Amino acid sequence: MLANLINGISLGSVYAIIALGYTMVYGIAKMLNFAHGDVIMVGGYVAFCSITYLGWPPVLAVLASVVVCTMLGILIEGLAYKPLRNATSLAVLITAIGVSYFLQNAALLIWTSNTKVFPNIFANLPSLKLGGTQVAPVTLITVFANIVIMIVLTLFTTKTKMGKAMRAVSEDKGAATLMGINVNRTISVTFAIGSGLAAIAGVLLCTAYPTLMPTTGAMPGIKAFTAAVFGGIGSIPGAMLGGILLGVIEIFGKAYISTQLSDAIVFAVLIIVLLVKPTGLLGHKVNEKV
Amino acid sequence: MAEILKVEDLHVSYGNIRAVKGISFEVHEGEIVTLIGANGAGKSTTLNTIGGLLKPRSGRISFEGKDLHGLSAHKVVAEGMALCPEGRRVFQQMTVLENLEMGAYTRSKAEADETLERVYGLFPRLKERYRQVAGTLSGGEQQMLAMGRALMSRPRLMMLDEPSMGLAPILVQQIFDIIVDMNRQGTTILLVEQNAQMALSVANRAYVLETGKINLSMQGDAEDLLRSEAVRKAYLGG
Ligand SMILES: Nc1ncnc2c1ncn2[C@@H]1O[C@H](COP(=O)(O)OP(=O)(O)OP(=O)(O)O)[C@@H](O)[C@H]1O
Ligand SMILES: [Mg+2]
Repeated sequence: MLANLINGISLGSVYAIIALGYTMVYGIAKMLNFAHGDVIMVGGYVAFCSITYLGWPPVLAVLASVVVCTMLGILIEGLAYKPLRNATSLAVLITAIGVSYFLQNAALLIWTSNTKVFPNIFANLPSLKLGGTQVAPVTLITVFANIVIMIVLTLFTTKTKMGKAMRAVSEDKGAATLMGINVNRTISVTFAIGSGLAAIAGVLLCTAYPTLMPTTGAMPGIKAFTAAVFGGIGSIPGAMLGGILLGVIEIFGKAYISTQLSDAIVFAVLIIVLLVKPTGLLGHKVNEKV
Repeated sequence: MAEILKVEDLHVSYGNIRAVKGISFEVHEGEIVTLIGANGAGKSTTLNTIGGLLKPRSGRISFEGKDLHGLSAHKVVAEGMALCPEGRRVFQQMTVLENLEMGAYTRSKAEADETLERVYGLFPRLKERYRQVAGTLSGGEQQMLAMGRALMSRPRLMMLDEPSMGLAPILVQQIFDIIVDMNRQGTTILLVEQNAQMALSVANRAYVLETGKINLSMQGDAEDLLRSEAVRKAYLGG
């Protein structure tokens, strides 16, 4: 019971970190970046290569992964999405799916379809005994990272000029422009942050579930997207809550109901929540103005 | 007096719809100039184009002698003009103070702090409610916030788009008093209004916009227009 709960929170924390990327980008650019999950995969591969081929220490590998993904995020936004700023949301969605396939196929080309085994980068750290249950270091670090990210992002969006400008842009791009805020740059920064977080999520995910393939990011990406919608898309605490709840529901579903059906249960819960509260748990109505 | 804003033969379209069809006018330093006209005449289109939100199809806009053509929208405010848009458009989920801070986005912290005191002086209500979320303010308070927010960028030219829209008469009077105060403190004002009576009574000069064109027979001294038979008939309800 306790072990399942801990596993659920751990998995949920990874979803939460990914969901933050979805939710921030949605909140500001009003688009679903379906390629977000694949950025996670790239983050995983970069860390894998840094450790396995270059022999870098894990900390450096994580850093490399964050840097590469941040740049990738800015690049994707600038090349694929920025030209579509005034296009219909359907065109943007299709482009995002295209970017997702592009990243998966590029990974296939570079790293082949052979599964890579991700090294346990926290192997040297001690685990914690909690009420008779062993808590793996990766679990502790995942939960801790999640809390730190949450606090930093909250401070960033409420205390810094750039963070407040992001909130202004997410509410009303035209009014934000009238304030002198560079909307394009703000969107670019948002992609950078979201993608940097995706890199961290990628490393944590691959450490906990150490198989790495070009499609590794796809399913967690969809789950995290679900988590973001579940919590209320556009809301940072919502992404956090949605992610953790989703992880817990998934693990409990697997443990007590059915391994095969656990994903179906997750989506069933989402549908029920959306029927009762269409804006998600912590979401509010988005009024879009041009 | 020196020209602070000069608009020459401005054309603006939305796709195939021509909203502004070649208008020219100017605003001198220290003036209150009003642009009046019926619904859909192109008043907001004109202000939004000057403010950089819309790109003109052709024509010239110069501010303090400098051509604004090609300047990105977010850079216009740094030049020294602010637009308080139609419908207020305050950031609903941000606090009053945060909204004002956004207004000072292009200014330094020290300048912002100093201007904040001035804005609080003009709008004591905003000071009382600085921590309140803007979406929960009354319509009148939101209008004050929108004006205060625009002032935070320390504009030399302030453009106001229908500041009296949807407000009770007593509040309308208050908002217009503040506009006159802002002007006395040295801000030049370009005011768009449907409430022609009010606008003409505070303005120095006026232009009348009719379906995207300036009516050349109804422009000039605001007091004269207020008394003119044609203007009374068309815009002041007889
Ligand atoms: N986004 C838009 N797309 C297409 N047409 C538009 C758009 N905005 C305005 N128009 C049209 O342009 C014309 C001028 O509109 P504008 O908003 O400038 O008028 P206005 O004088 O400000 O009117 P009001 O007093 O009602 O605010 C109108 O015919 C309007 O229908
Ligand atoms: Mg208008």
